[in-house]
Amino acid sequence: MAAATIEFDGVVKRYGDVVAVRETAFRVEAGTLTTLLGPSGCGKTTILRLIAGLELPSAGRIRIGGEDVTERSAAERDVSMVFQSYALFPHMTVLENVRYGLTVGRRRTPDADARAREAMGTVGLTGYDERLPSELSGGQQQRVAVARALVLEPAVLLFDEPLSNLDARLRRQMREEIRELQQRLALTVVYVTHDQAEAMAVSDRIIVMNRAVVAQEGTPRELYERPRDAFVAGFMGDANRVRGTLARRDEEIGEVRIGGATLAVPHRGLPDGEVDLAIRPEAIAIGAKDGAPIAGQVKKAAYLGGIVEYTIATGVGDLFAVSLDVARPHAVGAAVGVRIAPQGVVVVPPDAPR
Amino acid sequence: MRDRPLVAWFAVGCAGIAILPWYALADSIFSSGWLVRGFTGENAPLWWQAWAHGRAWLWPVAALLVACIAWPPRAGGSRRRQANALIVFAAAGFVFTLGQGFAIGPRGWSVDAAAAWFGPITTGQPGMGTGAAMALASFAMLFSLGLARRGAFKGDGFVAGSVVSVTLAVALFTFFPVVRILASAFEDTAGAWSAGAFAQRAFTGKIWGLGCLGGGTRCGVAWNTLALALACATACTALGLAFALIVTRSAFRYKRALRVLSVLPIITPPFVIGLGLILLFGRSGLVNQFLELAFGVVPTRWIYGFQGVLLAQVFAFTPIAFLVLIGVVEGVSPTMEEAAQTLRADRWATFTTVSLPLMRPGLANAFLISFIESIADFGNPIVLGGNFGVLSTEVFFSVVGAQLDQGRAATLGLILLGFALAAFFLQRRALGRRVYTALSGKGDAGLPTPLPDAARRACYAVALPWAALTIVIYAMALAGGFVETWGRDYTPTLRHYVKAFGVEWGAHGLLWTGAAWNSFWTTVRLSAIAAPLTAALGILAAWLITRQRFVGRSAFEFGTMLSFAIPGTVIGVSYILAFNVPPLEITGTAIILVVCNVFRNMPVGVRAGMASMSQIDASLDEASGTLGARGWTTLRTILLPLLRPAIVAALVYSFVRAMTTLSAVIFLVSAEYEWATTYIINRVVNGDYGVAIAYSSVLIVLMVVVIALIGWLVGERRLGRRGAAAPGRGVGQLGGSAA
Ligand SMILES: Nc1ncnc2c1ncn2[C@@H]1O[C@H](COP(=O)(O)OP(=O)(O)O)[C@@H](O)[C@H]1O
Ligand SMILES: [Mg+2]
Repeated sequence: MAAATIEFDGVVKRYGDVVAVRETAFRVEAGTLTTLLGPSGCGKTTILRLIAGLELPSAGRIRIGGEDVTERSAAERDVSMVFQSYALFPHMTVLENVRYGLTVGRRRTPDADARAREAMGTVGLTGYDERLPSELSGGQQQRVAVARALVLEPAVLLFDEPLSNLDARLRRQMREEIRELQQRLALTVVYVTHDQAEAMAVSDRIIVMNRAVVAQEGTPRELYERPRDAFVAGFMGDANRVRGTLARRDEEIGEVRIGGATLAVPHRGLPDGEVDLAIRPEAIAIGAKDGAPIAGQVKKAAYLGGIVEYTIATGVGDLFAVSLDVARPHAVGAAVGVRIAPQGVVVVPPDAPR
Repeated sequence: MRDRPLVAWFAVGCAGIAILPWYALADSIFSSGWLVRGFTGENAPLWWQAWAHGRAWLWPVAALLVACIAWPPRAGGSRRRQANALIVFAAAGFVFTLGQGFAIGPRGWSVDAAAAWFGPITTGQPGMGTGAAMALASFAMLFSLGLARRGAFKGDGFVAGSVVSVTLAVALFTFFPVVRILASAFEDTAGAWSAGAFAQRAFTGKIWGLGCLGGGTRCGVAWNTLALALACATACTALGLAFALIVTRSAFRYKRALRVLSVLPIITPPFVIGLGLILLFGRSGLVNQFLELAFGVVPTRWIYGFQGVLLAQVFAFTPIAFLVLIGVVEGVSPTMEEAAQTLRADRWATFTTVSLPLMRPGLANAFLISFIESIADFGNPIVLGGNFGVLSTEVFFSVVGAQLDQGRAATLGLILLGFALAAFFLQRRALGRRVYTALSGKGDAGLPTPLPDAARRACYAVALPWAALTIVIYAMALAGGFVETWGRDYTPTLRHYVKAFGVEWGAHGLLWTGAAWNSFWTTVRLSAIAAPLTAALGILAAWLITRQRFVGRSAFEFGTMLSFAIPGTVIGVSYILAFNVPPLEITGTAIILVVCNVFRNMPVGVRAGMASMSQIDASLDEASGTLGARGWTTLRTILLPLLRPAIVAALVYSFVRAMTTLSAVIFLVSAEYEWATTYIINRVVNGDYGVAIAYSSVLIVLMVVVIALIGWLVGERRLGRRGAAAPGRGVGQLGGSAA
């Protein structure tokens, strides 16, 4: 089956009084990996289940591959899902699990075993046919779940926090494998996570969600560099939030004043005056006190091996900074000067009223 | 080597040999008779028996007890050697005390060497009494303390004592009777070991005949039992599944009512359904009368026989299958079903390939339990069997009937036990190595998939009429007590209630004139004694199994669970065989009734305890241990408070089960100690349905009140607490795993 697009058109999902998904519209292009990112309880799983057909929307239309599937059941949609708990059938062997979708229901496939073995090979599980799920490690269970979904060559493949039950090292490896698989087979994948780094590492596009609505959608770079609001800025990596004053210079660039520093950054159409700013920690350089636009004092310093994390007390508030200069750390209490690189500064529009 | 437990248990032993009557008394130890009769006959303590009554073989008992406390200090400085001495002397004392009892048969020494040592005797000796019991307990506990001192059980005396005493109790009241029944089956009439005698009794046409297949009249009782049990288990499992699916997977409105229905058999004496069926379908039952009146159909006795017993059993045991299955059906992870759906399985395929297979352990369990209930059932076959005999009734008639053939009873009991154990074994095999529970801890919360339409309709079609019929039968059984004579004279009357439970004011106050009062109070009293013992023993055993590590722990677990697999009839027979003669002569007493109930119901207490303990994190115990508490303190201060709901559930369950039990106690009752159920069954057998029904109704109402009361009390308690098992559920689950 060819990879398909997914379109949400004014989709709403309510559980009684709880609105799990507020009116939502987005489009996922065929053959891309799109991540749903957001804090716990924001409705990511619900959207995934709506795509899979495990829930039907309270309002709106869902189209997969241009076809309206809103009323179709899960079994009738060309969508497979890898569950957070993997949901492997404990009473079936690995092979039986993987070929399940090929042997059940009306579309019995004659070469089910061969195709199941092929899918197992794809995820590196050759030879595990007769094992029971209970006899596999967490990572292997996850691969079985992926193989079981892949074997149906679905138009859309869904992952619900697939790595949350794995340890940190395996998590990095598995996410790379999933990404590699998606690109090799040109699958349409929707991937749910609450981990910003994971999302940025694997995604073509990210849909950031907050309180049942889409907060912003875009490439990882767009979201990081041009967050639409403070929530997105904060969720896409660490950011210092400070106030500054903006004065427009031309169509694009404005002059921002933070304490004694003046920086040229895109004004993003905001009016002159007080603005919120997000400053990435790595854009803050700590150096000698003399000549620096902002004076501060080291409040905390944490050595993390490759980097040092500082909290600097300044006139514009406490600033969180990371420094690669491990060799010459600044002691706590030392008076320092702070410089800010304009690339790491964004003016943030106020949060949209809800 | 002084410490308090040691001294205390030594003191118990001393009291046992120095003060209390060594032998069993004709009246109870709690009556003061033995205090005023002096040292005559069995009233004397051990030393007087040995000195004045010429029972010199009792001296070593006293000597060994003294040695336990006197020798070890002289065994030299090492603590280990002192402990070794204590272990040796205590064990020797225990073995010798028991041994001397068994060495004397009714006609003197049964061991020739003993005669040479202590001189010949011509008579037996009485059964062991309070003094002997205390001496044995003392030896056992001193032995445990010795073990603990050697470092066994992490040096914890309480744990050691618990393990030893539970082991001994199980050995005495579960293993010993089973061994006795085995021995009796292989004994010929002269009492000699003979495989031929067994073969002769076991392989007769009456047991294994296949006459009914060839158009003859009857099949053997073993085939009858097996056919009945298989049919009953199949039907109960299917119906139970239908009910469970309706309650968990459909929008059925009266789910609560179904759940209430499921509690009924636990609180109902086992033959009430049979009675209800007679009132409905018997020769003069409502249905037959209606048919005769309306269509002139001549009433038949079709209800008596295989079909009637099967019907009654399926009514009686379906709720138990339901209780087993509902937990399993609820436990099937919705995510599994959703996963199947995303893999293109429609609802029906999901149900057949995922949901149903995941319920397999529950189905096997429900089948097993209904099977065992059926083969152990005594009440329904005796009420409805007619000419259709099964093993349990056959065992009974071998013992109490004109035959009075204990060897035959033992043989039949052994066959029954064989069926039960084979069923257990097959169940284990059927489930195999596969795992049926979802694996990972962190899960997605999905929605239970509704039943496929076809399955739902089938469930409704089967289950709802059945539920309605159950209600009718119960209603009938209750109503029958309020009419003159069912089938002939429907004039309302309270006559039967007055006859059974009449009370009058006499010259000396209240007179319990009703015929049922004697058995009623006996039952209530002894059940109330048995319940806390059952719960305590069960929880203690559960604690040892789940929380302690010791050699032979799995054997220990098996032992405590064994009686679960033994049909009540077999227990009854084996108790008669084991406890009818000295040195352990307790038949006809209240003790044997209490003991029988305690050990029959204990496995359920163990299970309930284990289930709730496994939900309490073991780190709590460890925390308590690191704060300096030892076994007993931890159990008392940490676990017992957290286990309160489980304890209450076990209490209620064992009380109710004891009140309504029949198959075992029918062998053990005496004129003095009669049980409510045996009294009722005698009325039924004599055709006196009115009183039987009235009495059953009173029992049911009493049980309902007890359960409601306790549920209410525990419910209040639970409000301020978190995480404990719901009490109502607990009782339900207990009922589900009872046989
Ligand atoms: N079956 C349900 N019934 C009621 N509320 C639900 C149900 N499923 C989800 N919700 C609610 O919908 C919201 C979104 O849930 P979910 O999509 O699981 O969040 P996420 O996956 O982003 O953590 C939550 O507030 C949750 O409580
Ligand atoms: Mg989620």
